[in-house]
Amino acid sequence: MAWKIFLFLLLSFVSVAGIAFPIVENPIHWYEFPLIKGLEQNAKIIFFHVPTAWLTVIAFLMSTIYSVKYLINKNLDDDAKSYAAAQLGIIFCILATITGAVWAKFAWGSYWSWDPRQTSIFALLLIYGAWFALRSSLESEEKRATLSAVYAIIAFLTVPFFIFIMPRIMKGLHPGSADDNNAGPIVNFKMNGNMQLIFFLSLIAFTILFFWMWTLGYKSIIFKEKINKIYTQG
Amino acid sequence: MKIKAYALFKKDFHSELRTRYAVNSLVMFIIVAISVILFSIGNERISQGLTGGLFWVVIFFSAMSGLARAFVSEEERGTTLVLQLIASPSTIFSGKLLFNLILVFMMNIVIALLYSAMFDAFVIKNFLLFLVTFLLGNIGLAISSTIIAAIIAKAGSKGTLYPVLSFPILLPLILLLVHLTLNSLDGTSFEQSIFELAMVACYDVIMLSASYMLFDFVWKD
Repeated sequence: MAWKIFLFLLLSFVSVAGIAFPIVENPIHWYEFPLIKGLEQNAKIIFFHVPTAWLTVIAFLMSTIYSVKYLINKNLDDDAKSYAAAQLGIIFCILATITGAVWAKFAWGSYWSWDPRQTSIFALLLIYGAWFALRSSLESEEKRATLSAVYAIIAFLTVPFFIFIMPRIMKGLHPGSADDNNAGPIVNFKMNGNMQLIFFLSLIAFTILFFWMWTLGYKSIIFKEKINKIYTQG
Repeated sequence: MKIKAYALFKKDFHSELRTRYAVNSLVMFIIVAISVILFSIGNERISQGLTGGLFWVVIFFSAMSGLARAFVSEEERGTTLVLQLIASPSTIFSGKLLFNLILVFMMNIVIALLYSAMFDAFVIKNFLLFLVTFLLGNIGLAISSTIIAAIIAKAGSKGTLYPVLSFPILLPLILLLVHLTLNSLDGTSFEQSIFELAMVACYDVIMLSASYMLFDFVWKD
């Protein structure tokens, strides 16, 4: 129970700090963020957009890990865990896409410009969409679990290609891209201490939130299956 | 194992010759796709870069219409169980992959010939680069579409699901191939494109080994 209160306080602090702390040219007080050239006031989205994108990838990774586990052990609980992770993953994927697009409207002038990161998140969205389409087309539990596990693994194998080929094929606009020289890899250099602290606190808070939601998600799926079995038997 | 895989390929080949279902529908699909593009362009002259991209669009959608049948036909005829009895999963995958490879190569050679005849702007300057791209790309296309076809066949042969499932898997390959085709149209040297070619080769190898490993799980009920 204590950690839930802690998480609530952490998320409240991150939300308030991320939105309310001012961005000034020369930060003096502990609550002031530095001005990053090329980002200016738009920089604040980093506290909310980056954690969603991070969790999209984490959810996909977990979904794949539990898919592998399912194929090894044939335990339907692993399938439930994989499914719950993917359910959260698609929510965070949509959130990351939308927050990114809104930010891009103000920073780059258009909602969508096929930047490498935008293309990658779009590919992830497609993978998640296809995965759910496949799951919904299958009736039998074991078949559904096996085929979606196989598909998740194959889809996961395409992800490294996006990381390697995108920067060569398309020009990067996103802060932190290889050929981006005005904003640079902001996580490392342009943020000052308190900005980094709040950024990492936000990352930690959202990750804890994700694992909490994921635990609730897979438990509810497992219980639902159990109840279904009891109903159909008796 | 090799002989069995070849026998399976021959069986598919003969049954294809008997009905000519896949070949007929593929040829018609290619003609329809290219003529739709030609109609939509009208009298306008399109740029060289656009023809390179459209080339792979035609190939992608033709592959989607023609390659889905590999395992669905077995499920429809109810011969899956017999195949499971007489051969190991990897043999069956080899046979089906061989058939799809031949189909992809035939289809894409026809597309390439028709396409270069119809589009004046589609002139390849670096032919060697295009040839290597074409070879590696076709192999990748055949491998990915075969394993997805196996998944689709077990999913109750839902036709609309095939392009939905294939597109995310083929997306990195298609992006690379479009890029390489543009390079060969521009006349970029072979050495400058070696990274992309290596990535396509990596894709082929990764997908091939993953397909062989995962096909067991798909095939056995």
